[in-house]
Amino acid sequence: MTPEALQQVAKAEQDAITKQPQRIGVCTAAGCLSCKSGEVLKTLQTALERRADVPYKAVGVGCMGLCAHGPLVSVEPDGLLYQDVGKDDIPALVDSLATTPVMEKQCDLKAPFFSRQVKVVLDKFEKIQPERIESYLANGGYEALMQCVTNRSPEHILDEVKRSGLRGRGGGGYPTGLKWETVAKAHGARKFVICNADEGDPGAFMDRSVLECAPHRILEGMAIAAYAVGATAGYLYVRAEYPLAVQRLKLAIRQAEKFGLLGDHICGSSFSFKVEIRLGAGAFVCGEETALIASIEGRRGQPRPRPPFPAEKGLWGNPTLINNVETFANVPAILVKGADWFAAMGTEQSKGTKVFALAGKINNTGLIEVPMGISLREIVEEMGGGAPDGHTIKAVQTGGPSGGCIPSDRFDISVDYESLKKMGSIMGSGGMIVMDETSSMVDVARFFMEFCKSESCGKCVPCRVGTSQLYDLLERVRKKRASHRDLERIEQLCEMVRTTSLCGLGQTAPNPLLSTLKFFRHEYEELLVDQHGEAVS
Amino acid sequence: MNAVETNVIGDEKRWRLVEAVMRRCGYCGDALIETLHAVQETYGFIDESSMRRVADSLKLPLSKVYGVATFYHFFHLKPKGRHTCVVCMGTACYIKGADAIMQKIDDAFGVKAGETTPDDHLSVMTARCVGSCGLAPAVVVDQQVLGHIKPDQVVNHIKELES
Repeated sequence: MTPEALQQVAKAEQDAITKQPQRIGVCTAAGCLSCKSGEVLKTLQTALERRADVPYKAVGVGCMGLCAHGPLVSVEPDGLLYQDVGKDDIPALVDSLATTPVMEKQCDLKAPFFSRQVKVVLDKFEKIQPERIESYLANGGYEALMQCVTNRSPEHILDEVKRSGLRGRGGGGYPTGLKWETVAKAHGARKFVICNADEGDPGAFMDRSVLECAPHRILEGMAIAAYAVGATAGYLYVRAEYPLAVQRLKLAIRQAEKFGLLGDHICGSSFSFKVEIRLGAGAFVCGEETALIASIEGRRGQPRPRPPFPAEKGLWGNPTLINNVETFANVPAILVKGADWFAAMGTEQSKGTKVFALAGKINNTGLIEVPMGISLREIVEEMGGGAPDGHTIKAVQTGGPSGGCIPSDRFDISVDYESLKKMGSIMGSGGMIVMDETSSMVDVARFFMEFCKSESCGKCVPCRVGTSQLYDLLERVRKKRASHRDLERIEQLCEMVRTTSLCGLGQTAPNPLLSTLKFFRHEYEELLVDQHGEAVS
Repeated sequence: MNAVETNVIGDEKRWRLVEAVMRRCGYCGDALIETLHAVQETYGFIDESSMRRVADSLKLPLSKVYGVATFYHFFHLKPKGRHTCVVCMGTACYIKGADAIMQKIDDAFGVKAGETTPDDHLSVMTARCVGSCGLAPAVVVDQQVLGHIKPDQVVNHIKELES
């Protein structure tokens, strides 16, 4: 399809909305679906069909964030949001559409959880119908791609992405523009673009939500990247544990191909780009670039030493660009609104916004997108609403098995790549697990070490043996069998694993342990014993 | 998902689904993981005879096929019971007491993670994270996610399943 034809599709969809703006959006992301939002949507649709006096139309839309209170239902153009909506609430809700809104199940959209958010990646999730490309087009989708392939040179795009200051959202924080430029400059007969959607951090579900709610935004980001670096084929590496995301991505690829937005001669230009899905099979280490490439090549997901980096020698030895889901999802907005707009958000070093998955012992579990540089206190206490049932928050874990725990007295820290690293944690992909006073930090450290031990691919000794030994030592501490000497050995071993492991998994595996030792050493010491098995402290 | 132990060789009809995936990838060795996914989707698990057949078709050593099938947690080499219960062990679920759920299931049915009851009624598994952290602790029983669930409720839910 030509850009004009696509604009017409978008316009037709927009006109339909202008003609009938009364819409009820029901969240159809996995979180709400498992609270039976699918049933809610169907009941609403049948109820509305019978009521000629209420001119509303019910549609399935994307994630609205407050997963703790799903299913969420929005009412447009009134701008209302209802929480915990069950099948039984539908009659009252439908009746209220003609009169005054039901009060009891309404969300306060002025509450910090909603009002503090700045949405780029999650933008318009409450409007976009995930399974319809027309809906994405009507909400400004594929505008960036159309502009790029018809009007802009690859150099111009590289420059724009570089100036925006966007950094890799998978956790490492490598400047995206630089990565793109390296691939663009690399020589190779073929080049590839890979989207890393193997969200392995246990306790993170940001990517899942983006994949399920706006699959086209990721495809658009990938296609722009491919145009900029000169790639002709791409792979989306998705966790097999996310069946809904896989299903929607497959559908989105088919739709985009049909509309001429993927495949040969995109938008009538000379640029061609094809995307295929590859299913992950449950290996955390496949988040590492070279391990992910091995997995796409049908092998065990084991990393190899770098350099050469995938930007020079990646998939089947060709220059390959690998970015995370959230990184690609930022790209269309940057190109439509400009690098300056993006760079105006965030801090000096960390630009833009970041999506976080708030979970654990916190009232408002769910997804939030906030500008970089916001304080952890604002996120946890104001937006998250503190701990439930009168408990007090003790610490927040960021970055999953590669990150660390930040104690509550340090919550004034600014949330950006550098500050979190200084604190002994990392930004990570965006999982934020809140713990209250009932959580034992030794137990948390043991939990993550068990994870790393079992997820270690076994290729290098420091990681394979080191994580296993550290786990055993932590078990001894927990069972009150360890001495001060063991604690020293833990620290030495951590240093060894950190500095000598082959890939990021091993290098960062000691982080949860080290950070809890740094801030909660007394919890370890309380469990230590002397040579007679008597408690020391 | 109800897996019945089958001799893959004698089940040509279902094998065609696996064959289709290999054909689409041009019987190229790179398609190994895709093919194993197809085997598991079709039969519920990956047994030795299917591994041999995949190795033959893709011209790969059996050791490589076995290596890949055992490397990834998602692949199962044993058939599952008639019902499956996956307890999420992601950080959020763990913090909110997933281990208590595991313990309660063990007490009630005598099965630990990765085990199946002797009568093939129930398989219990753990997942690294099912991505439903907003509903922690979460359990997936026969593909249905049960969120904000207490140990007793899980046991009762399983007991109510048809045998």
